[in-house]
Amino acid sequence: MIWQDILIGLLKAVIMISVVMSCAGYAVLVERKVAAWIQGRPGPNRTALPLIGSIPVIGTFLTRLGLFQPAADGLKFLFKEDALPGHVNKFYYVLAPLVSFIPAMVTMTVLPVGQWVEDGIARPIVLANLDIGILFILAVSSLGIYGIILAGWSANSKYPFLGGIRASAQMISYELSLALSLLPVFMWFGGTLNLAEIVEAQAGFLPGWTIFFQPLSALIFLVALFAETNRLPFDMPESETDLVAGYNTEYGAFKFGLFFVGEYTHIIIGSGVFVTLFLGGWHIPFVELSAMPTGIPGAILSVAAFAIKTFVLVFFFVWIRWTLPRFRYDQVMNLGWKGLLPLAIANLIFYAVVIALIEQF
Amino acid sequence: MATKLVERKPLSLAEKTYLPQIVSGLKITMQNLLKPPVTLEYPEERPDIPAGYRGVPTLVKDPNGRTKCVSCQLCEFVCPPRAIRITPGEIPLESENAHVEKAPQEFEINMLRCIYCGFCQEVCPEEAIFLQDVFSLSGHTREELIFKKEKLLELGGTLPDKHYKWDKKKAEMLAADDHH
Repeated sequence: MIWQDILIGLLKAVIMISVVMSCAGYAVLVERKVAAWIQGRPGPNRTALPLIGSIPVIGTFLTRLGLFQPAADGLKFLFKEDALPGHVNKFYYVLAPLVSFIPAMVTMTVLPVGQWVEDGIARPIVLANLDIGILFILAVSSLGIYGIILAGWSANSKYPFLGGIRASAQMISYELSLALSLLPVFMWFGGTLNLAEIVEAQAGFLPGWTIFFQPLSALIFLVALFAETNRLPFDMPESETDLVAGYNTEYGAFKFGLFFVGEYTHIIIGSGVFVTLFLGGWHIPFVELSAMPTGIPGAILSVAAFAIKTFVLVFFFVWIRWTLPRFRYDQVMNLGWKGLLPLAIANLIFYAVVIALIEQF
Repeated sequence: MATKLVERKPLSLAEKTYLPQIVSGLKITMQNLLKPPVTLEYPEERPDIPAGYRGVPTLVKDPNGRTKCVSCQLCEFVCPPRAIRITPGEIPLESENAHVEKAPQEFEINMLRCIYCGFCQEVCPEEAIFLQDVFSLSGHTREELIFKKEKLLELGGTLPDKHYKWDKKKAEMLAADDHH
């Protein structure tokens, strides 16, 4: 029995990892395509697979859409010479991409992606249904910053170093607002930290999503999420115009690829967390929970709803990136400490009072 | 120096949160996203070359197929970087173009020297050399980029002629011969 459980668990994990990894690859494609369209370009549209690419209409369409590009990009990273610069601290230099990549992948274990209804009992589709789900995500995802700091420090070069320092300052500043903006949400749902229970509590005929009850919490969380995932307008650690490429300047080939995939995994998982907490998770708007089909169709439907919401949010991330310029470093710090943090505390106190009043009457 | 102080309105509360600006920015980028691309996919799609563009200098033929250049060497003299070399030659008597003064035996333009100024086109009394619409040029060796007469004629092609100067001269000569 134990062996079976372990095997099934492993299988689930492999499926989840491969789905998220390929999503990260295609998030890169979304980034490149949306960037191109916003800038009036067609974007990557040449890479073609030998057999599929030569199918008359569909092959051409897929090629024009750039659908084979992620495979080419991945292969390029894999087969490039993995150069190790002579001036780096070798142990930490090799360790840094792993430290940045692994937490990004680990956070997905507690993310409920759908639900499985059988005999009237709804069970979430999740790798590990932890009762401290969100604490786990906050704890593990903030480990990723060590990867960036290590990369900046071990590269033994000034631009990565500056990038690493900026990253650590920014991460510490925004982690506070990130966690504080979540507290009202958990108070609202009666103190549970289990992500699946929070999604279930957001059901309802009209969208019972948290974002309609707590728009300010959602806004603060979203802004802090942008900062935590190092996305523009907060991409201080990278800021390619003033720091060459920031913390990953000295990296190439597959080690750079790990940073790259880690960043996009972060975005996908971050979007997933936002969807789970504020956009009703796997719930389809205006559809009663009892109206959902049971068994496998219901599971597929709920996973699809979750995936679509997450994709829309990933698109929003990309859209913001190609709209806003980068903040200056002091502006980032000002916004974090003087803007978001007081706002998050005020938000927390406001909802604490409101919830206390609701419980009173 | 006169300076003008521009009055700046203090930001309203909504503007201080950056949010309205972000929304209007997002609107602009979404409009751009929905527009068709403005770029050309170069090797397959070529831009429209405007009239009067100064591309690679070429030698042209008239509609009768005669090389218009009479190797007067004016372009060779006017060429600022001295990219043009002309070896003048006689036209054999039995040729049907024997009435034309001369023809170039060899005509070379060193494309590594040419600065595309268009002086040769401007100075040519025979309208024989034109800077046309070829804008991309490359080669593997220096020798390859010294364009010979055949290459220049191939690039130039045939252009319509308004005057048919040498045909008229031939007609005049024949008419004069008839009078005698």
